[in-house]
Amino acid sequence: MSEISSNIILVILVTSFATYLSRFLGVVSSEKIKETSKIFKWFNCIAYSVLAALIARVIVFPAGELSESDIFIRLFVVVVSVVMFLFNKRNLVYPTVLSAILLALLNNYL
Amino acid sequence: MVNSKYFFKGFKLIKSLDSPALALGASFIAIGALLKNIGFNLEQSIFSTFLTYALPGSLVMAESFLVGASLINIFLAVWLVNTRLYPMTVSLMPLLLHKSQPRWKYYLSCHFIAVSAWLIMKGNYQSIGKKHRIDFWIGIGTGTWLIAIVSTIIGFLASDYLNKDMMIGLAIVNPVYFTCMMVGEMKNLQINLSIILGAILGPAFFFISPEWSILYGGVLAGTVAYFIGELK
Repeated sequence: MSEISSNIILVILVTSFATYLSRFLGVVSSEKIKETSKIFKWFNCIAYSVLAALIARVIVFPAGELSESDIFIRLFVVVVSVVMFLFNKRNLVYPTVLSAILLALLNNYL
Repeated sequence: MVNSKYFFKGFKLIKSLDSPALALGASFIAIGALLKNIGFNLEQSIFSTFLTYALPGSLVMAESFLVGASLINIFLAVWLVNTRLYPMTVSLMPLLLHKSQPRWKYYLSCHFIAVSAWLIMKGNYQSIGKKHRIDFWIGIGTGTWLIAIVSTIIGFLASDYLNKDMMIGLAIVNPVYFTCMMVGEMKNLQINLSIILGAILGPAFFFISPEWSILYGGVLAGTVAYFIGELK
């Protein structure tokens, strides 16, 4: 095995260990937490708000490919997709497919 | 072992109308293409999604690898971005715990905790008796995980044909899907406030600390939402 490829394997192992750690500790803590308890409710709120924070950050301050599009175009695409989701019996296929096409088009022609 | 009736009930949810297959597929196609571009081979790319299966962590890994970060730095950066999996696990596993089920199922299947599988489980667990929820969850997790792995392969093989416009299009699918899923989850005051405040405070804290913005913003938003909900 060359040095670079053994290095890649190490990077993958370190990444997966860093990821599994939070999941593992979460299960350990869960053993003592009842679903009716206040602490469960609090963690539930935090889980939803952390996810919302993550998604909002990806839309407002993206890294990678998305950062090459205009923020107002991204926000417009997200709003249109959510409206479409709400008025289309909560079908997720249309808004997701539309969002990709819409963003690619607007990014090129605006 | 795993009850196959409940396993497949969960597994089949990836074919449903609110299936994350499309969103997950789009993002992991992008990951597959990205991993190829930074010099991973096909086996390494599959291995990466197989073992990590969390999108932001894989992106951070790719970025850190590109700039030649040390293993310790990669560990810290990935751990930081994936700390959100901790409150997600704590707010999911107590719903699935049952005395008759062996512990290894929980320690193994927590690997499937990622936004997509988590949101589906949160939306569906009440329809399953507590005893069988873990098997149902393993079904959901296996389904979403397989989609991620297959899409990584597709992305890796198709990377030469993916132009800039297609990559930008693929990149928006995931946040759009999850925004819709979150809007669909808004059912009570506490959750609604958690989601709205999180979406405001996450980006707001970016100006103070880009690395810590999601945790700071998320924990503050969730705590405020919890107390407001408890007062009502």
